[in-house]
Amino acid sequence: MENLKILLVDDEEEFVTTLAERLELRGLQARAALNGEDALHMIEADTPQIVILDVMMPGLGGLEVLKRIKARHSQIPVILLTGRGSTKEGIKGMQLGAFDYLMKPLDIEELIKKMQEAIKSQP
Amino acid sequence: MSSETILKPHLKNTLRSGDILFDKRNQKIMNFKNLWAGLTKGLLHESGHEASNRYRILRRNIFILMILITIIPLIIMAVIYQHEYHSSIKQEIVIPLQTLTNKTKHTFELFFEERLSVIRFIASSYSFEELSNQKTMNRIFNVLMNEYCCLVDLGLINNKGIQLSYAGPYNFLGKDYSEQKWFQEVVVKGIYISNVFMGYRKFPHVAVAVLRRTEEGPPLILRATIDTSKFDDIIASMGLNPESDAFLISRSGIIQTSSRFYGEIMDHCPLSFPRGNYEAIVTEATDPRGREILVACAPFSSAEYSLVLVKPKSDVLHTWHTLRSRMILIFISSVALIILVVFKLTDTLVKRVKEADEKRELTYREFQHTHKLSSIGRLAAGVAHEINNPMAIINEKAGLMKDLVAYDSNFQNKEKFLGLTDSILKSVERCSAITHRLLGFARRMEVQLVELDLNELVQETLGFLEKEALYRNIELILHLADNLPRISSDRGQMQQVFLNIINNALAALEDEGEIVIASWEEDSDTVGVSIRDNGVGMSEETLKSIFDPFFSTKQENGTGLGLAITYGIVKKMGGDIKVKSKQGEGSIFTVYLPKKAKIGPGE
Repeated sequence: MENLKILLVDDEEEFVTTLAERLELRGLQARAALNGEDALHMIEADTPQIVILDVMMPGLGGLEVLKRIKARHSQIPVILLTGRGSTKEGIKGMQLGAFDYLMKPLDIEELIKKMQEAIKSQP
Repeated sequence: MSSETILKPHLKNTLRSGDILFDKRNQKIMNFKNLWAGLTKGLLHESGHEASNRYRILRRNIFILMILITIIPLIIMAVIYQHEYHSSIKQEIVIPLQTLTNKTKHTFELFFEERLSVIRFIASSYSFEELSNQKTMNRIFNVLMNEYCCLVDLGLINNKGIQLSYAGPYNFLGKDYSEQKWFQEVVVKGIYISNVFMGYRKFPHVAVAVLRRTEEGPPLILRATIDTSKFDDIIASMGLNPESDAFLISRSGIIQTSSRFYGEIMDHCPLSFPRGNYEAIVTEATDPRGREILVACAPFSSAEYSLVLVKPKSDVLHTWHTLRSRMILIFISSVALIILVVFKLTDTLVKRVKEADEKRELTYREFQHTHKLSSIGRLAAGVAHEINNPMAIINEKAGLMKDLVAYDSNFQNKEKFLGLTDSILKSVERCSAITHRLLGFARRMEVQLVELDLNELVQETLGFLEKEALYRNIELILHLADNLPRISSDRGQMQQVFLNIINNALAALEDEGEIVIASWEEDSDTVGVSIRDNGVGMSEETLKSIFDPFFSTKQENGTGLGLAITYGIVKKMGGDIKVKSKQGEGSIFTVYLPKKAKIGPGE
């Protein structure tokens, strides 16, 4: 779990940077991307071990980004972030190959637990 | 993003004076509630009293109108009929009466004429000398006695009024009549018929006299007395019934033949009526005994008599009276029937109108309700989504603060700081619960249909509330059907439905009240669950608005969303929810759920 390379994708800068900082405090390597295009570029440049992806983003939407990631790097587990009450998107994401979905505002411990599960489930 | 900038000032506000903001929000909700109540009241329903008054007036007007248009023609018809019939039946009665009277009068006149002509014949066929001869007189009298009935005596009187010869039972020979009225009359008129008088033997008689002027000498006057027993025969031959009467009277009103009801011969007739001229006249009168009578009177042409026929009205009008009473009976019963039918008809009519009105109002209210729910749903969903992001940021920032403090072992006031961040995180949790609920209200939540046992679900839900009930000494009574079929529905939302309703019941109850929950199979497609409390109940006004969003009677504590959400869920599941309540007695909520949820349109 130590030094796990994580890519956080969310259009809310305040949210994503703070979350990255918190994860780093816990000894994880977290980088943030503010939109879908950036995220895809960053994956190509330095492939993360796990992607945390917000579903609701302007421009390239979360589900679209998910599809593209899965198309090229099907081995990378993706955990989706949805707004409260938007479980529909979460379920759709799981059908597209996401590992699971979490609702915002999220509990960081729960996120870490989910990430561990995701890594463990890797072949 | 833009929402963040809008909401930021509010957030600052919240930090500084959260309580005030909270109050303001509450106030706004209250105002909205008042506005809504006012609007719906003005738009949709008059108060119950006014409405019932309106239907009462409608009922009364229709009733009066229908009664008038049915009964007035009936009355007019009855009056016309009665009038026509009355006059015609009178004619029917009067004419036979007249005929009978005239016929009888003619019989009398014939009788007199016969007697007079015989006497006239004798007066002309015999000379004065022959008639003055007592023997001849006796012979003539004997012949007459054989041929004509009723003669009592016969006598010859000269122009001085002296009786010259006489045949009969008395001895009037030589009697002087010159001073008597009849003598003077017969001298002037040549003929005389007397009124009835009582002779020496107190026997009614009529005297007739004829004067013949002779060429050779003085005029002779032949006078005969007739026994009136024949009169009674003639009257008897009229065939009158015992209630009727017929008799002769003189011009001065003296009764000439015996009468059944109005006195004996020579009495004065107590009846007064017009005599008429020649033909019989029928008039109505009241006799001394108080009987309504019809009097037919026909004066004689030769004598100064009138024949009077009296028939009691009740007798002649008997048929008329029976007919009239029958008609009155028919009239009254048809009026009663009309009133009954009209009453029933009006009742049904007004009931139908009322039902239609109520249905229309209900549809309108449901439409309004759906409309309101959907707009509020959209608003709530929008707000919830927008708030989610800033909440997530607050969550992370506070989380980071907490992390920083937690990882720094030298931090001063560490405990206090951790407490503060924890309380921020808890508030965030609360906020997201609210947004979650708002979204739940908007019904953006996915429905997950599962097979579930409603009894089990109710008991599960009661689990959340048992403590409160126990604490407040409230009795929970369950009447759950044993073989309640399982239904297909959303477990979470169903739980929310029952939680809301039972919570409401708890709120309505005083300590030591009771809640009775029953379940049953309503029909092949539906199951029902009722929740009854014996709490404070609701007014009609409250009952009308109970499922409106933001309507709450819990003052500070209610959001006014609980029952609106409940209603929304039940409707969405294809079910229905009914409330009955009486102030001071309690309320009963009945939820009907389809065995297989028919998911309605969202929002």
